[in-house]
Amino acid sequence: MPTLLATRVVEHQAHIFRKFWRGSAVAYLINPILFLGAIGLGVGGLVKGGKGTVDGVSYLAFVVPGLMAASAMNGAAAESLWPIMAGTKWIRTFHAMVATPVGPGDVFLGVVAWTAVRAAIGGTLFLIVAALFGGVLSWWAPLAIPAAVLTALAFAAPLTAFAGTQDTDFRFPVIMRLGVVPLFLFSGTFFPVSQLPSWLQPLCWLSPLWHGVQLCRGATTGSIDPPEAVANVAILMAIVVLGARWGIRTFTKKLAT
Amino acid sequence: MSDALIEGKKLTKRFEDFVAVDGIDFRVEPGEAFGFLGPNGAGKTSTMRMISCVSPVTDGELRVLGMNPATQGSEIRARLGAVPQEDTLDLELTVRENLLIYGRYFGLARPVIRERADELMSFVQLTDRSGDRVDELSGGMKRRLTIARALINRPELVLLDEPTTGLDPQARHLVWERLYQLKRQGVTLVLTTHYMDEAEQLCDRLVIMDGGLIVAEGSPRQLIDQHSTREVVELRFDADDDRAKALALISRTDVPHENLADRILIYTADGETEVEQLGRSGVHPETVLVRRSSLEDVFLRLTGRTLEE
Repeated sequence: MPTLLATRVVEHQAHIFRKFWRGSAVAYLINPILFLGAIGLGVGGLVKGGKGTVDGVSYLAFVVPGLMAASAMNGAAAESLWPIMAGTKWIRTFHAMVATPVGPGDVFLGVVAWTAVRAAIGGTLFLIVAALFGGVLSWWAPLAIPAAVLTALAFAAPLTAFAGTQDTDFRFPVIMRLGVVPLFLFSGTFFPVSQLPSWLQPLCWLSPLWHGVQLCRGATTGSIDPPEAVANVAILMAIVVLGARWGIRTFTKKLAT
Repeated sequence: MSDALIEGKKLTKRFEDFVAVDGIDFRVEPGEAFGFLGPNGAGKTSTMRMISCVSPVTDGELRVLGMNPATQGSEIRARLGAVPQEDTLDLELTVRENLLIYGRYFGLARPVIRERADELMSFVQLTDRSGDRVDELSGGMKRRLTIARALINRPELVLLDEPTTGLDPQARHLVWERLYQLKRQGVTLVLTTHYMDEAEQLCDRLVIMDGGLIVAEGSPRQLIDQHSTREVVELRFDADDDRAKALALISRTDVPHENLADRILIYTADGETEVEQLGRSGVHPETVLVRRSSLEDVFLRLTGRTLEE
């Protein structure tokens, strides 16, 4: 049974991150500024000349939690596909790990846990930048950070598990184009789901990102609806648990056969 | 005889329909250098991965350090040093960082790892490269770093899967020399190789594997004495006719021989005398080489094939 040994894998990931943090810092700080500037202020300025509201708040305040959850998803997807192939196949660092007391399940859990740490760092920075832009309305906003972390985990666990089944990266671009990008666009990120045709709207419940966006939006705009939030959290956690069980299996098969 | 470091009984590894290791029995005693010699596909790496507790045993029994890999894999791995066939170093990190990170997988305290890292870099002669990124190192240096890394937990048993495959002769000798040092310090070495000179240099005892089975076992000297003759005469012919004629003449005598693609081997206790006799009976090769028997000859005589093909 994977145990605390997974923390040793997290240490490995953290070491690499500390060494190359400058590249990530650009993504962490510059991207929120660019997105909030372009979408929040630029597109938002078109909503009734910047005076209109979306779901009762300014467009900037509406889009901040959407972008926050979406960047947690994007970060998790980027960490959970190609870097996994590097660990199992290209550079084989995961094989080095399983030659030590660390087991395949620990490797999986450690890698996914590290994605959560990154999501927490990224989410915190995003929230600070968004507050400086004036896009954060509620003192509940810090709760958006655990919401972003949960969103990241809901993508990292199943995608890492899937990447553990693959021998090449052929399918990864397909996952990005047909999975991650449509979710990015249609999960209530940039516009309310109520804008979609009514028969499409219930499908948002199938999008992990939508649940994450709802939670973040409840926190940053102070409009949290407790029963729905509990459902959002439960669904995301179910995805994480199922993804983790699958991942421990696929990593064991890949690294220890 | 119950304190073997590794003991395999009817040890078997199957991948779906393919039998990689077919019920082998062996034991490795503390302090010895034990080898698995055989061609590619003989089942050496599969055996090694089972001993390393990264690949589950399909059938049969395996005890490593007195424990069961199926239930105590993590505890066993904590006391092993594993040098895999392909390097698994962190290419973007430095030599030193690779050692520091690897030590943490064993849960060693950072000051302890730092101290051992310095010792180990000096042991494998990489101290002056300690701050260099691993992807700048030569193949031989990477191999030495992999060996150093496997020693970070001070293992009593070091497993090396083809430690010098792909290295140039100079780099190989440096690796052998370091492994010999380890052996002198009392570390038990288990290695796989398809180089007979490596097995002869390093192994106190070895098994020869072919097709998932152990076909012979003993010290290099014993194996040569049992399965080959003291000397071997290598005959080479330029013309196929001469060769066919010579082969017919040799076949008429009861001299043990092998007919290979590029030469005929004659097994004999006394090479010079044999060459003279062959000359008298009309065998006149272009070149004649008399040499001592090696493990290569043992393998050839046991399986009818050469090791590297």
